[in-house]
Amino acid sequence: MKNFFKYREIWLLAGIVLLIGLISTRFPGFANPANLRQVFNDTSILMILALGQMVVILTRSIDLSMASNLCFTGMVVAMLNAAHPAIPIPALIVIALLVGLVLGAINGLLVWRLNIPSIVVTLGTLTIYRGATFVVSGGAWVNADQMSSDFINFQRAAFLGLPVLSWIAIAVIALFFVVMTRTQIGRSIHAIGVNPTASVYAGIDVGRTKFIVFCISGMIGGLAGYLWISRYVIASVEVANGYELNIIAACVIGGISIAGGIGSVGGAVLGALFLGIISNALPVINISPFWQMAISGSAIILAVVLNARGERRQGRIILRKAEAA
Amino acid sequence: MTDTPAPRHIPDRLDKPLSSAIFSWEALLVVIAVAIFAINSFASPYFLDPWSLSDLTFNFTEKGLIALAMALLIISGEIDLSVAAIVALASTMMGMAVQAGAGAPVLVLIGIVVGLGCGAFNGLLVTRLGLPSIVVTIGTMSLFRGIAFIILGDQAYKGYPESFAFFGQGYVWWVFSFELALFLVAALIYWFVLHRTSFGRRVFAIGSNPVACQFSGVRVDRIKFILFCLTGLMSGIASVLITSRLGSTRPSIAQGYELEAITMVVLGGVSILGGAGSILGVVLAAFIMGLVTFGLGLLNVPGIVMSIFIGLLLIIVIALPIVWRRLREGRFA
Repeated sequence: MKNFFKYREIWLLAGIVLLIGLISTRFPGFANPANLRQVFNDTSILMILALGQMVVILTRSIDLSMASNLCFTGMVVAMLNAAHPAIPIPALIVIALLVGLVLGAINGLLVWRLNIPSIVVTLGTLTIYRGATFVVSGGAWVNADQMSSDFINFQRAAFLGLPVLSWIAIAVIALFFVVMTRTQIGRSIHAIGVNPTASVYAGIDVGRTKFIVFCISGMIGGLAGYLWISRYVIASVEVANGYELNIIAACVIGGISIAGGIGSVGGAVLGALFLGIISNALPVINISPFWQMAISGSAIILAVVLNARGERRQGRIILRKAEAA
Repeated sequence: MTDTPAPRHIPDRLDKPLSSAIFSWEALLVVIAVAIFAINSFASPYFLDPWSLSDLTFNFTEKGLIALAMALLIISGEIDLSVAAIVALASTMMGMAVQAGAGAPVLVLIGIVVGLGCGAFNGLLVTRLGLPSIVVTIGTMSLFRGIAFIILGDQAYKGYPESFAFFGQGYVWWVFSFELALFLVAALIYWFVLHRTSFGRRVFAIGSNPVACQFSGVRVDRIKFILFCLTGLMSGIASVLITSRLGSTRPSIAQGYELEAITMVVLGGVSILGGAGSILGVVLAAFIMGLVTFGLGLLNVPGIVMSIFIGLLLIIVIALPIVWRRLREGRFA
C-alpha cells in the first residue's frame, strides 16, 4: 500500500519535471532556480488551500465554501488593518485564523450535528459567506493605499533566501505532513474515508472528526484570506470568485480520491504546483492566458483517468467483477 | 456522489414511507412560496402586476430547464457541474455561426447539438471509464468554458438575427413568455418521464442501489449516459434562450449557473445522495428562487445580498425537517 502511494506521487513528480522540461525548450530561463522559487512562491496560497481541502475530501466530504471564506476573512482583516493600522501583523494572522475557524466550524456543526451532506451545506455557505463579505464591506473595496505597509510587505520580506510567504507554505506543509502521518487524528481522517462503518467500530467519532476537518479547512481558508489580500493588495467581494474549484482541481490532480480515503500531503502539494506551473508558464511561452482554463480542465480529466486506474485495484474483487458483467 | 457503489452503505431513507416524505416536503415548499409571495406583495406595490410577475419568471426559467435534467441525474446518484460551461460553449458556437451568416433555425440546432455533444462527452467519461462524475465534470467545466475563452478571448459575439430574438424575448400569449411556456412544457415532460415511466423508476432504483440494479438487469451505464446527454441537451436549450435574451455572447456567460441549478434541485427535495426526489419539488423550488430574487430586487437589495437569502433558504429548508424530527423524538433535549 505504501509503495503504491509513493508510486503515484513519483509519477506526478515526473510529470511536473517533464512539464518544466517542455516549457524550458520554449523558454530556457524557466527551469533556473530563481524562477522556480518564484513559481513556488506564486503557488503557495493554492498549496495551503489544497491541503485544507485535502483533509475534508479524505473524509468523503467536500468544502465548496473555502474561496468564500477566504474572501470574507480577507475583507475582515483588510478592513481591520485600514481602520487600525497599529494592530501588529501576527495578531491579524491570528484573527484571520479565528475568523476562518468560526466559518469552518459553522460548516462542521451543520455536517456533524444535523447530518446534512457537506456538499449541500457548503454550497449554501459558499453564497452566504460571499454575501456576508458584501454586507460587512458595504460593497466597498479596500485598496492598497488604505493598507499599512507592514500588512502588504510582511509576506514579501526575504528570510534565508525565500519570501515569508514561501516559508509559511513550507511550515503548513510540514505541519500537515506531521499531523497526517504521525498523529491519531491524521489516522482517523484516513480511516473515515476508507470505511466509515469500520471506523465507528474502531472507536472513532466520525461526526466529531468531520467537524474537526471543517475547522481545519476553515482556518486554512482564513489564513489564505490574509495571504491573498496582502499579496494582490485589493480586498473586494469578487476576490477568489470561483476559486473553490481550482482548489479541488489541485487535489484531484494530486491524486486525492473524491470518494475519500486516498490521498497524501505530497499529492496535494504537487497537484497545486502542477496548476501553478501551468499558469506561470503560459505567458512566458507566448500562449494566450485564455488557454489556461482549457489546459487545466484537460489536466484534471487526465488525472482522474490515470488515478482511477490505480484506485480500481482495491475494493471487493467479487463485486467489481459482478458489476462489470 | 461517487459512481463506485458502496455496498456497505445502509440506505438512510427507508425509515419512513417515501410518499409521505415527498408529500410533506412539497407541502413545505408551497407554504414557503406562498409566504414569500405574500411578503413580496406587501413589501412592494409593483409586485402584483402581471408584467412584473412575467419578468419574474425570466429569473429562473433558464436555470430551471437545466435543473429539471439535473434532478434526474442527481436522483440517479451522479452530478454535472459543467452545465454552465456547456451553456457558454454552445453560445460561443452559435456566435461563430452567426459570423458565418447562419439563420435562427441553424443557430437553435447548433445550440442543441453542442449541448448534446458535451453531455455525451461527460456521459462517456463517467460510464465508459467509470470515473466519479463530480470530478469529471469539474474537469469538463474548465475544459468547455476554456474552449469558449480560447475562441473568444476578451471579445464578444453580437449581431444575432432579429428572428432569433423570439426564443429569449418573445411572448406566446399575453404575459406568458416563450421561456416560461417552454419551462412548463419541459417540466410536464420530465414529470411524466420520472414519475410515470419505467425509465423513471429505473432512475430512482439506480440512485438507491446501483449494484442491485445491475443484478436486476437494469442497464445502469446506459441510463446514466442518457441522463448526462439529457442534461447536456437542456443546457444547450438554456444556452439558446440566454443567448437570444442577451443578444450577445461572452465566454463568462452563465457563470455560476451550475451551483444555482443544483441549489434548485436540492431545495426541491431531491436527495443529494440519490434515490429520492420529485419534479414538482424542483419546479416549486425554481419558483421560490425566482420569487426571492425578484422580490428582493424590487426592494433594491443588491444581487450579492440576495445570494445570502438563497444560501440560508437552502440550509434552513434542509435543516428544518431534520431539527423537527429530532425535536419530536426528543433527541435534542
